[in-house]
Parts: sequence; structure tokens; C-alpha cells
Amino acid sequence: METVTLTIKNQPTLYLEADTITPDNFSGKKASEIAALHAFEGRDQFTLGKYFEVSGEGGATAADTRIVVKGNVSRVKYIGMKMTAGEIVIEDNPDMYTGAWMQGGKLLVKGNVDAFAGIGMKGGEFVIEGNAGNYLGAAYRGDWRGMQGGVIRVKGNAGSDIGYFMNGGTIIVHGNTDVHVGTHMEGGKIIIKGNAPSKVGGQMVGGEIFVYGGIDVMMPGFKYVQDEDLEVDGENAKFSLFYGDTGERHPKRKGQIVYGKLHLRN
Amino acid sequence: MTEFLIKNGFVFDPTQGIKGDKADIAVKDGKIVKSSDISSKAKTIDASGKAVMAGAVEIHAHIAGPKVNEGRNYRPEDKLFTYTPKSAGKRMAGGFSIPTTFKTGYEYARMGYTTAIEAAMPPLFARHVHEEIKDTPIIDEGALPVFGNNWFVLEYLKNKEIENTAAYISWLLDVTKGFGVKVVNPGGTEAWGWGLNCLTIDDPVPYFDITPSEIVTGLIEANEYLGLPHSVHIHQNSLGNPGNYTVTLDTLKLAEKFKPKNKFGREQVLHSTHLQFHSYGGDNWGNFESKSKEVMDYVNTQKNVTVDTGCVTLDETTTMTADGPFEHHLTELNHLKWANVDVELETAAGIVPYVYSPDIKVCEIQWAIGLELALFAKDLMRCFITTDHPNAGPFIRYPRIIKWLMSAEARKERIDTFKHSAKMVEATHLAGIERELDLYEIAMMTRAGPAKALGMSSIYGGLKPGMDADVVVYDFNPQKPHKPDDIEKAFSRAAYVMKTGVPVVIDGEVVNNGNKRTLWVHAKVNENPQVMRDIKDKFLRYYSVTQANYDVSKHFVPNPYVIEVDAT
Amino acid sequence: MSKSVTDVICPFCGTLCDDLEVVVSDDGKKIEDIYNACAIGAEKFMHAQAAGRVTKPRMQQPDGSYKEVSYDEAVDFTARMFYKARKPLMYGWSSTSCEAQSIGHEIAEKSGAIVDNTATVCHGTTLIAVQDVGIPSCTLGEIKNRADRIIFWGCNPCHAHPRHQSRYSIFPRGYFTNKGHKNRKMIVVDPRDSDTAKMADYHFKVEQGRDYELLSALRVALRNEPLPETVAGIPREKIIEVAEVLKSGRFGIIFFGMGVTQSLSKNHNIDAAIMLTKDLNEFTKFSIMPMRGHYNVTGSGQVLGWQFGFPYAVDLSRGFARYNPGETTSNDLLRRDEVDAVFVLGSDPGAHFPISSVRKIAKLPSVCVDPHITPTSEISKLHVPVAFVGVEVGGNCYRMDNVPIDARKVVDPPEGVLTDVEFLTRVNTRLDQLIGGK
Ligand code: SF4
Ligand SMILES: [Zn+2]
Repeated sequence: METVTLTIKNQPTLYLEADTITPDNFSGKKASEIAALHAFEGRDQFTLGKYFEVSGEGGATAADTRIVVKGNVSRVKYIGMKMTAGEIVIEDNPDMYTGAWMQGGKLLVKGNVDAFAGIGMKGGEFVIEGNAGNYLGAAYRGDWRGMQGGVIRVKGNAGSDIGYFMNGGTIIVHGNTDVHVGTHMEGGKIIIKGNAPSKVGGQMVGGEIFVYGGIDVMMPGFKYVQDEDLEVDGENAKFSLFYGDTGERHPKRKGQIVYGKLHLRN
Repeated sequence: MTEFLIKNGFVFDPTQGIKGDKADIAVKDGKIVKSSDISSKAKTIDASGKAVMAGAVEIHAHIAGPKVNEGRNYRPEDKLFTYTPKSAGKRMAGGFSIPTTFKTGYEYARMGYTTAIEAAMPPLFARHVHEEIKDTPIIDEGALPVFGNNWFVLEYLKNKEIENTAAYISWLLDVTKGFGVKVVNPGGTEAWGWGLNCLTIDDPVPYFDITPSEIVTGLIEANEYLGLPHSVHIHQNSLGNPGNYTVTLDTLKLAEKFKPKNKFGREQVLHSTHLQFHSYGGDNWGNFESKSKEVMDYVNTQKNVTVDTGCVTLDETTTMTADGPFEHHLTELNHLKWANVDVELETAAGIVPYVYSPDIKVCEIQWAIGLELALFAKDLMRCFITTDHPNAGPFIRYPRIIKWLMSAEARKERIDTFKHSAKMVEATHLAGIERELDLYEIAMMTRAGPAKALGMSSIYGGLKPGMDADVVVYDFNPQKPHKPDDIEKAFSRAAYVMKTGVPVVIDGEVVNNGNKRTLWVHAKVNENPQVMRDIKDKFLRYYSVTQANYDVSKHFVPNPYVIEVDAT
Repeated sequence: MSKSVTDVICPFCGTLCDDLEVVVSDDGKKIEDIYNACAIGAEKFMHAQAAGRVTKPRMQQPDGSYKEVSYDEAVDFTARMFYKARKPLMYGWSSTSCEAQSIGHEIAEKSGAIVDNTATVCHGTTLIAVQDVGIPSCTLGEIKNRADRIIFWGCNPCHAHPRHQSRYSIFPRGYFTNKGHKNRKMIVVDPRDSDTAKMADYHFKVEQGRDYELLSALRVALRNEPLPETVAGIPREKIIEVAEVLKSGRFGIIFFGMGVTQSLSKNHNIDAAIMLTKDLNEFTKFSIMPMRGHYNVTGSGQVLGWQFGFPYAVDLSRGFARYNPGETTSNDLLRRDEVDAVFVLGSDPGAHFPISSVRKIAKLPSVCVDPHITPTSEISKLHVPVAFVGVEVGGNCYRMDNVPIDARKVVDPPEGVLTDVEFLTRVNTRLDQLIGGK
């Protein structure tokens, strides 16, 4: 695996749109070619080289390419957008749309991510060591096909609207979240190891939500079913199972209504 | 003085019976002229080795107005990653199934379409329709106001008052700058005001004491009384339901007792649109099957009926129709976002996204039915290609449909890669049809035929001297061997398009925004104080706007092409 | 001799009444009287006439004072601002005509701007919800002619849309509603005892920020699923009772306003309200409609829609249109320092935006186009006075139910004052020259 290191040298005055920073775009390219890739600031088109020191070169394929992004990238959007393979490590706090529409590979952020990280995600492994903003692993506006696959793990807290219109994959938040978890969820799994204040699983059709901490106000459309012992994210624990959202439509299987599942740790 | 000579192309022009002969097309001041009528200074366009046709005419598409725009605004995901940036002289253009107005004009032109009819204008929203038409470059456009659920029409026709109906139509065309009489789910959309529907032509319309069959016959009679350029244009009852082909035949038969009466050369009294959605057998989605043969066997015998196909293109698209109850039914099936607007005294509309998947049996069968209708048609001057854009697919897929119609090999290739191809073959006729349409027949279906059905054959659809200089050159040599995909490619991006004498597309790229016109029909009738009184009364009592604020004033139609009809 | 102009459109609220009668002086310069308008509407017309109106553009000086400049200078200053900026914000568009919006969009395309309208602080959340789940709706005449169940959720039409109830929703007798309000059941959901709430057959004093739960509970009730004892402060029995009332009507409508679009859950509240409406269509006929505020905010969404495909917060900076509230919305852009110039027309963000955003505007190159001196004009580098749309110049507008109505001119603007369309056209032409190197 070849490593390309991007070190920010000039901060954008507005924001930088750097959707070219992916293993897919870097593979097969030398440092100078990578530096010549486009980046946008407002209506102007520049190159990555204007903002980043580029060293190393891409591997033969995306899968053989590892990118390390160093320095303050808090004004850089779209890092890792649509990546399909390979690896990106961001050492600081990137801005919005990090790993958006990601399809594969590994993305590690050592700091925090802003809103819309991992939206429309289809596959891959996305780890955020700090906190995540709003709309983590959510659907793009208007799309009923939200996150379809892959894993997002947040070691800190997450904002509101995580897993909005989620269809598949897994989101794990080690800390707390804000309101609206898994709204309109139809599949996949959300695990919150801290608290989720309210509006959890609203309009949920299918899928599973686990909450280890507390929920201040439950949605009215969740009905208690039973207690269960479950293994979740490698740990065993006792959970109370609720079915919901009973105000929402649900498919039927063998004459039985299939609900979404909300598991509250006892 | 602008003169052009489009030289040496293989010309296909059904209005003159030219079937691919090498010929030159001369143009002077926006009109086609005889070659002898232009000077030596005429600019020459070399079309040798290429196919030359008149500009194509879209007879039914939803491209401007409130529901189209609601479709755009409520589907941001339809634009994700598909936008074309702006370039010199061109606006930015986006949207896949519901393109922006700019993209609509550009994309039609690039395929060689120079005229399009917006298929459903809610009269109360006419101003909106015209604002969008004004912002759609290049192509001439007209819009059909909807009449089939209009309270005036229901009340007049309940009492068989044809003259009053005609006077009302004339008034409405005038104030909305409309082109003709559209009927959508007659009676059913009014019933939808109460959440109900009319699924056969004999279902009574709640509270109005009239049936769809009476609405349709009354409107045909009024339309011919006026002698409008276009006939009644109908979207029938029970759209999209298994087994609906019997309703379709029942409706078509209503036309039997009428004769066309107009000075525009139109020969039909009823245009039945997006027939694909109305040619279904079976009684549920499990035994759903094609009844295209039954329907086309009838259409083939009836000279006074024209149809368009409504071909399914197998894309993710956005359905939108004034058939309010149908869209509600659809959202109950696919659970996707549902928009609806009921329009006071007039109509309704619904919108639901839809994914025609090649992995779903019903979609595969629908795809086959659309193509079968065209391939069973005996008279292609009466059967036109549409996708009921965007309902069965976006209009940018016309080149693909043309490929499927012209190539049995392309059809087979598609069928073979369906998930349920065996079941699809069993429920349809398509696999057994060998027929391959030729360019002359395509010119009938996309040019001469629709132009004639719209009553516009004096200026559109052909290359006869005196007609508008809407000329298209396709980089397709009918005398050379070709692969099916070459057809799609050639029709997607015309080599050269001229609109009323102005070159608008060169090598598939838009080079000029043309001088688009809005077509509308001014039908003069005798003074009718009763109808004027009824109109005043309805505005005072039931409308939420005043009558004075209903008219579409002139500045919304900056470049009109008015068709005069005298029915006094 | 004075003359009377009839069928005049009121350019104030989204009710867009079109039956006003305005008496103007013989020379066509002065409004003498107004009939049929509500107090706010009438005040709007009179305000246009107020003494001391500015009639020349004014440029901010280094000491903060303003100096009159010519329209030519104003046009040049504005065009240069667009020419220099790399991501300007063009905000407002709700109190102007569609014709003006359209020219604004041309400028926006050329300068890579973000076009945002006042939905960004009121019904933008509604638009998001519509994108997520659609919207079954109707025109206001349908309510008048058919409706017998009327819900006002988080809105107070008695104050914000004064003629709404008499023209469309509660009192009129229509084709199928000849008993007027007697056959209409009125339900108000509002934590406050508003004047509208006082008229209601049912008033739900929903707990602050729990509209989403209450809407959800109504949906649960429709499905006969179990409910907790109280939801959002409302007892279960009441919820079930009202669900029955809604089901038993022939035609119902939910009108909703800022009380529910901007409270906790925002777009989700509207999403749930829309889904409740959809559910009710399995029992009867039901519609839902936002009570849009500014008279032509709806029109801005329409023109943006057909030109770019999105109803507000449209980012054209990359040469193609993008949209994502939370990023491309004005207050997010200002908060995050994403824009480098601000152009305001047809709104007053100085009065409606959070103070932090207003401070940001004050620091940037800025132009405010407004008939009057406003809090926004007071912090802008340039204020350009223009004619009053709907009073001094006509133009197309869209009512809250998307019905287009062409506003009328009733009096002349003050001598020499340009209209929005004229000013924007000149800026657009000047911008073309600058881009062309002139
Ligand atoms: S209700 Fe609104 S539109 Fe009607 S007069 Fe009053 S302010 Fe004007
Ligand atoms: Zn149609």
C-alpha cells in the first residue's frame, strides 16, 4: 500500500470543496498529478496543490492507496466523498460531508466531523474518534434511500438526525446523541451507548435501535414487548424490547405486522 | 434575409411521401421553400450520408406548470450529481426525470424536437404554466387546459347543452391561452374531491348526476362544434389498473358516432393518450398481462381515433397526473412520497416517484405493452411515440424507444436480461413480434402524425414548401449497416437542428435559444350572455380569486402564435 | 375627482387577497382610501405613501453616515460587488415579483451566488418535509367549497392572516358548504390561548416542543394502537376523540404555521402532520397547507423551482445548482463565514435574523434594495430605494396555495424611483460588461 500525505499549507478564505481527496482519485498518480487535481473555493476552481503540500504517491489501485491528511482542515468539505476502497486518515477536524456517499474502504477521523458525514453511505468502515455533527449517516434531502450499508463508529457524541431514512448498515455512537435518532428508519442498526433525549425511532418502519442510557421522552407509538438478553457490539446485556412506531405503516410477513425494534438497556 | 440549403441528405417526409430519397431542403426567412427560390448566397449544410426529417412534435408531455414544478421542488434527489454546468449563452440545466425549464428546451432541441404540447394545464394555474413556457427555450409550446372535471362542463353537459359548453371552452381557451381540450379521468377527478373515483365510463360523478361517458361524448361534440385544431385529448378512466382495457375500448367506442369537423386537416375526433397505461389485462398484479393486441385491433379499424404509446423506459422517474385518485392509489402501492393538489371547480393533480425496475415483472410487462402498441399499429400516422413524460419515463429516452421499435435484436437483448423474462414473455406478445419500423415510419410517429392530429400540419411535421423551417439532420445513414445502439446515439444528439429557420443545434450542442412561440387557440363563438352570467356567478360564489384576476394577460405570452377558429 | 381601482391584490401576507378596492387621486399619485383590506393590509398601502420616503440610493460613508448617490453609481457598485465576490449571498425575494426574482437569478448564475428566500427562517422546514414525504394539498377555494374539519396548528390567523377565515377557511359558504361555519368543526393546537384558539371547538394546549409526539399520537390513534395516558400534555381520551372527529368529516384540512415549523423537531413536525393527513385519506378526504407569511415567498420557491429545481437555499457557486439546508441556508452560511458579500431584496433580515447573523452582514460588502429605510438598509453599504411591488408596480405573485395572481399597480412610484425589475436589469447589464472586460 502506498501512502499519500496531504499537509495543509494555505487556508482557504471561504471553504474548500475537496471531493477529489479519495483513494480512487489518487491511485496511479504521482504527487505532482495529485497536486493538480481540482479543488473549489466559491466559484473559483483551483488545485489541491494550492492548499496542500503533497508527498508520496498513489498505489496502483484505490485499494492500494492510503491518504493521510494533516493540519487544520476545519474549512475543507467533502474529504473521502464517494470513496470505494483504500484508506484515509484525517488527523484533525474536517468540515462537512466527510465520507459522504462512501461506498467502501476505511476512513478514520481522529478529531470531530461536522454535519452530513457519511450521508448516503453504501459501504466501508468510517470511524470518528471525536464527535459527529448532525445528519450523520442520513439520507440526502428528499431521498428515501438513506444509509444502505457499512459501519460508522463515533467514539464521542453525535448530533441530531442520525440515521435519517436509514435502510441498512450500522451506526454506533459511544456517547450521547441529540434528538431524532433513526427517523423514518426502514432497516439497519443504530447503537447508542449514551443517552438520546427524545424523538427516538419516530416514524420508524423497520430496523433496530439500541439505547444503553436514557430516553427522556419516549415516542407514543412504542409498545413494550418483552425483556431479552442480547449480544450487542461484542457485549452481553439485558434489554427491554419495544415495537414501533405503531403510528407508521408496516409491512406484513405471514399475516403478522413487522415492526421496528427499539431495545432499551435495563 | 436568411437562406439555407440542406444538401444531399436522405429525406424522410411522410407529408410528401419521401422515403429516404436524396434531396435538398431549401429554407428562406424561416420557411421551407423550393430550391429554386433561394439565391446562391444561401448557406449550405452538408447532410450527405445523413437522415433529414422535419422537426419532431411532442403531442403529450408534462413539462410546465404547477405539478411539474412541485415535482422538481420536492425531488432534490432527482438532481443529485446530474447537473450540467452553465456555459456560454446557456443557463445551467438540471434534473433527470423532471428537468428544469432550460434543460427541457435544450434536451428536446438536441433530439430534434421543435414543438411540444404541455398535456395538462389546470386553468386556475394557467399563468404559472405560461411563466414556465416562457422560460423554456427554443421549442414552440402549447398547453391543454383540462375540462373533464370542470364544474361548468359537468353542469352544462348534464343538460346536454353543447352550445354553452362550446362557449365556455372558447372563453377558457381565451383567458388561459390554451391550445385544446384535455380530459383526464373524466368525472373521477371531481369524485376525488371526496376521496372517491369513477372507474368505468358509467360510474356516476357524485352530486353532479352525470357519467364519464356523457362527459366525453359531450366534449367531443362541443370540440367539433367549435372545429378546434386538435380533437378532445383524453386520459381515460381506470388508468393503471389490471383489466382496464375493457374501459379503454368502451371509451374509444364513444368516438364512433362522431365525424371530425375542422379546417385543419385533422381526421380524428378523439386522441387517446398514453395507451400503455390503459391496455392491461388480468384482474390483479399476479395475473397482469398485455391487452395491447385487443386494443390496437380496435384502434386499427377506427380512423377517427389517434393514440400515443406512453412507453415505459425502465428508469426511476416521477409520475404526475391530473388523475388525483390514481396517484393516491400508487402511493398506497409503493409508499413513496405523495403530493396532491385539488383545484377548486376544475381539477386535481397528484405526484409520486416511481422506479420502473427491470427486476420487477409488472414493469417488464408494462415496458413490452408500450412497444407492442406501436408494433401492432397499422397506421403510424395515428400512433405516436410518447413516454407520457415523465410518467412512464423521461422524454430524453425517446431515442432508446426508437431503437427498440427499429430493432428486434435490441428488444431481444433487453428481454433476455430481465429478471422475469420467461414470465414476461408469457404475459405479452413482444417476443413474438418481428416487425422493425423504418425511418419513414418513425417520421410518421414523431412528426407528420402528431402534427396532423394537433391540426398543425400546415406548419409542422413536414418539409413541404410553405411549412415552417423546422429541419433536423441525424448522423445516421439508413443505407449503411448499423448496430441498434447507433440508432439511439444518432437520435439522442442531432447533428443539426433548425427551428423556424434558425440553427439552434449543431453537432448535438445548443448554439442558439431560437425564437420560441406559444401556441394558443382563439375560437370565436356567438355572444352567449348565459355563459357569461354563469361565469360571473361562479367567480362570485365559489372561486377564491376574482374573475378579473383569472385572465392570463398578454405579457405572460410574449411571443404568441394564435390559431384563429371561427365558430360563429 | 378620484378614481377607484378594483380587484387589487394585497401585497402583504400569503393570503394574497385579490378583492381590494383602492381609491386614488385623479393624478394617479396618491392613495385616498382602501376597501376590503384588513388593518395590516391597509396599513401596507398607506405606508407606501408615508412622508419622508427615500428616493435616491444612499451609500454608507466611513463614519457610518449615508450619502445620496445616483442610481448609476448604485448600479455600478452593486455589479462590482457581484463581480468581485466569489460566493455572494442573495437573500430575500419574498416581497417582490416573480419577474424580479427571475432577473435576480440570472445575476446569481453569473456570480456564483446563493439564492435564499425568507422560507429559510419560516417554512423552509416545511419544504424539507415535503421533499421527504410529499404533501396532499388543495387550493383555498376547495376549503371554502368542501371543508368541514379545520385544524389550525401552530398558527394564529386572527393576527397573522386576518382575512383567511372569512375568505376561505371558517366562515364562507361554498358549493357543498352552504351552512358556512355552522357545519365546520375547528380544532386549534397551540400552547397559547390565542384569539384563534378561543374560537375553536377543540383547543389542544400542546406542551412546548412536543408537537411531533402529539401528531404521532394522533396517527397511533387512527391505527387503534395503544397510547400512553397523556402525550404532550394531552390526555389519551382527548386524542382519540379528536382522531374520531377528523375521521368523521367529509373534507378536512390542516393549516399550520411558524409555531410548529420552527419549534423543536422542525421539519419532522411537518413531516408527521403530512403523514397524519395521508393516513386520514384512508378514511375520508384530507389536505394540509402551510400558512405562508410573505405575500410572494411562495413565488420565489416556484421560480427557483423551474429554473434550478430547488425551492430555497440554492447554491449556484460551482456553476450548477445545489441545495442542502443546514449548509446552504442563509444563517448557516453567515454563521460559518461561507459567503463574502450580501445582497438583500424583498426582505428585512436585519429585523428577522439572529443578531449574530446581522453582525456578519454588517461586516461584509452589502447592498439592500428596499422601498424604505429598514434595519437591514441601516447596516448595508448601499441602500437602493425602489418602487413598492403591488402598489406602485405590478408583477406576478403566488398565494400560499401556489395559485398565481398578477399584482396590480395602483399609483405611480415617486418620481425617478426605479422598480426592482429595472434596477436588477441594469445591474445584470453592468455585470455583463464587467465580465466582458468593460
Ligand atoms: S389578510 Fe393578508 S392579504 Fe388579505 S388584506 Fe389582510 S394582509 Fe392583505
Ligand atoms: Zn399525461
